[in-house]
Amino acid sequence: VCFIPGGLDCSISFVSHVLGKVCIHGRQKEILSVLVPHLTDLTKSDCIWQRICWRLVECVPDRWMEAVVLGFVQGAPRADVLSRLLGNLVVKNKKAQFVVTQKVLLLQYCHTTAVLQNLLGYLSLDSLRRALLIKVLQELLETWGSSSAVKHSPPEQQQYISKAILICLSHLKEPEIESCRQELFTSMMEGVKCHLDSNLPQIRRLGMIVAESISSKINTDGPVLKFQYEEDDEARELKSLLVQTPPSCVVPSLPDDDRNEKADAALPLVLESNKKSHTTALVMPDEESDAELDSDDDLIPYDMSEDKELKIKAPVYIRDCIEVLTGSEDVDKWEATVKALESLIRKNPAATREVSMELAKILLHLEEKTCIEGFVELRQRAQVAVLTTDPIPVAKYLTSQFYSLNYSLRQRMDILDVLVLAAQELSYPKSHGKTKHSGAQNPCVQLLPGSDSSKDWRRIVDERIKSKTRRFAMGQSQAELASCPNEFNSVAGHFFFPLIQHFDRPLTTFDLLGEDHYVLGRLVHTLAILTYLAVNTVAVTAMGKALLEFVWALRFHTDSYVRQGLLSCISSVLLSVPTERLLEDMTEELLETQSWLGDVVEKDPDGDCRRLALQNLLLMENLKKKLRTVPS
Amino acid sequence: MALPPPDPQFVLRGTSAAVHTLHFSCGGQEPDVPTLFSGSENGFIHVWSLKTHRVDAALDGHGRKSVYCVETMGGKNRLLSQGRDQRICLWDLAEGRTSVTDSVFTENVGFCRCSLLNVAQGRWLVAMAAKALEEVQVLELPSKTSVCTLKPEVGAKLGMPMCLKLWQLNCGSQPLLLAGYEDGSVVLWNLSMGKVLSQLVCHQEPVMSLDFDSEKAKGISGSSEKVLSIWSLNEQQNLQVYKTHKLVNAGISDITIRPDKKILATAGWDHRIRIFGWKKLKPLAVLDYHTATVHCVSFSDHKNPSERLLAAGSNDHRISIWSIYTQT
Repeated sequence: VCFIPGGLDCSISFVSHVLGKVCIHGRQKEILSVLVPHLTDLTKSDCIWQRICWRLVECVPDRWMEAVVLGFVQGAPRADVLSRLLGNLVVKNKKAQFVVTQKVLLLQYCHTTAVLQNLLGYLSLDSLRRALLIKVLQELLETWGSSSAVKHSPPEQQQYISKAILICLSHLKEPEIESCRQELFTSMMEGVKCHLDSNLPQIRRLGMIVAESISSKINTDGPVLKFQYEEDDEARELKSLLVQTPPSCVVPSLPDDDRNEKADAALPLVLESNKKSHTTALVMPDEESDAELDSDDDLIPYDMSEDKELKIKAPVYIRDCIEVLTGSEDVDKWEATVKALESLIRKNPAATREVSMELAKILLHLEEKTCIEGFVELRQRAQVAVLTTDPIPVAKYLTSQFYSLNYSLRQRMDILDVLVLAAQELSYPKSHGKTKHSGAQNPCVQLLPGSDSSKDWRRIVDERIKSKTRRFAMGQSQAELASCPNEFNSVAGHFFFPLIQHFDRPLTTFDLLGEDHYVLGRLVHTLAILTYLAVNTVAVTAMGKALLEFVWALRFHTDSYVRQGLLSCISSVLLSVPTERLLEDMTEELLETQSWLGDVVEKDPDGDCRRLALQNLLLMENLKKKLRTVPS
Repeated sequence: MALPPPDPQFVLRGTSAAVHTLHFSCGGQEPDVPTLFSGSENGFIHVWSLKTHRVDAALDGHGRKSVYCVETMGGKNRLLSQGRDQRICLWDLAEGRTSVTDSVFTENVGFCRCSLLNVAQGRWLVAMAAKALEEVQVLELPSKTSVCTLKPEVGAKLGMPMCLKLWQLNCGSQPLLLAGYEDGSVVLWNLSMGKVLSQLVCHQEPVMSLDFDSEKAKGISGSSEKVLSIWSLNEQQNLQVYKTHKLVNAGISDITIRPDKKILATAGWDHRIRIFGWKKLKPLAVLDYHTATVHCVSFSDHKNPSERLLAAGSNDHRISIWSIYTQT
């Protein structure tokens, strides 16, 4: 019971009941869009109306409390408005507290950033509620730092939690940070480890941004954690959450934010070079006084036209190159050789074939002796050149080395990249006589092997679905390109089968099914590309069958990058293997795969996986339809 | 139509090792034979007769470690040599002797050539890189007493001294030292107080070599980059950059100004010797004979101008002797 001016008593509880009932029936927006602005105005200066409002929400029965609170949180324009409207509801009412601190933040992730800002701002505005803010932050950090959450929750939810953490951090004041500094630090360390372990670049970046922010808050003086990652709109948006724009009314956290902002901006670990500490005067001379007679005039210069830049000549024979790369101490010559190697290999295919194995070995182990620009690319192009010139033995060598001891992960992934690039080159139609060796630019489909993101795969599959015809890189997409034999035909098997053979045999330093799941992911994507490029070759059916079995064996892998790769494999199989062969030789596998795809579409936590699975199912449907229309 | 550059007058062969330093001694009267001293990487100092073009004597005093500096002390009978065995040796070569009379243990493992200055009759100052990384030590010879140790201030981060030049404006005035350092700066030191008078950052890379013309108060320095830097010393003893000259290829190992201050020569890593006019740094000639880095260049001290020679020692074990611009 409360009172209004005029001395009348009235009971608000009836209004609360009505409000609650309306909200539970899903009409929050309608009623609150009228109610909230009214209440905002009324409660601006009138504390009686404030108390009326508080009483209103407090009297809502528990079973409808959630709907009402959510409605208010979503409807209020700003955190201080929410504070005026709800008062200390979260402290007084258990259900409201649960909704605000647990449900909205941890169990749902559909709300916008503005809602998060309102909610967390609301919690920060009153001293009674600040304790809840700290508790919320601790729970958020616990979720953020748990490795199972990072592995299994969808990226959208992880982003939501990260945003919530950043906003909480922005509201924290110095004494509060002091009291929980150690906890913040521990959670940050655990969390950053789980995030960096993930194969998805988005998750890694989220982890990096949040860790950087936490670090900047707890170490306001001294070196601050700084990662290197791609700054795009998303990253900038996340970082902007750390700084609170002050609302029109005075907010006590304002001076803190300024200070923390400065700490964020302070550059860590700047080593000042004090070379220029002494005053130096750089005085460019004025025109030499003409009065000075130039007695140099009687010294006649000699002819200096021969004076040119000294260029180190690269060797012109492949065998010379091998000599320089393996033994020579002359670094200038070594540099020149590395730069010239690719074109030499392509100009002398016969000579290269004689020494291809040796060259492949040297290039695989070649390390940067001096600092050359683009060394990695030069080496890779030379390797691709060797592989395309003499595919079978070199492929045999490279695939065997992939599974050998004592190679670094980087080298193994280099092998995969080289195989893919070479396969692409071999399968691309060549114009008369000349070989096109720049990365094949296909108007229909762009292949970017070796990139980490799975986005390219999605794009490829999307385009395939859109086109709905089996138009590919090789052959008749352009009238000008004359069709010629697919050079990849004879060697596709040599690229593919050795790679797929030993994946389940762990070595001491290399365990695909264990820790090295990133390499497994890359391997799976590579196999998908190779199968795709093998379309219209003789071996593709066998490849498809082997690949489907491979996918079946790994289908429950926990890493989403690997699963995306497996789904791409299925796409490749469906698109590359001729339909008749698919249905005759692989019916069983296809049915099993189809049931698995259905499972993935419904239950997989990763959005990309679900999408790829759906597209695969569509592809299968299309194939069936096609077969039905073709008279058997 | 400009003439093609001249060929060497003659080429001295026989060192069988890279030549790192050269010094002429041709000022003597007859029957003194004009001589050229060369220091090689195999530790030998060869005494060449410029009449016969053959080696008169080979001095072995540095334990087969590379000799990177030779200088004469008043005539060719007294020789100073510096080697990678961390020693500076003083030789007595009169009447056919080849003995080391004295040596200074520098404890320095660098490559900085020492600099010699005759301050009074029989008294010499020698500046050399000291044991500590950034320090330069100045000794008096033949007494070997230390005159001063030049230590840059803490935090100056100059790096090793790379090249030194002791000079004085005229006999009897204060000796000063110009030192080029690893960070690319040239520093003018006052020896009596052991203090820096002026410092100038001339290069982005270490200063490989420098030379100074005390009459015109102008100096030149070369580095491992493509730029030659010419700087001047004003009345307040301050160094200022006067001019820079861009080269075709990077890397200069040695620079020397001819005693008559008309021309200067640079020894390049691109195997070429370049001649410039000193007044305005006008490029005059590019002498392209050697097939490896040229380590040192030196002008002769002939009394007769028309007999003046230029010598260059290179990594290809040869010493080329040139007669160029001798008419002025």
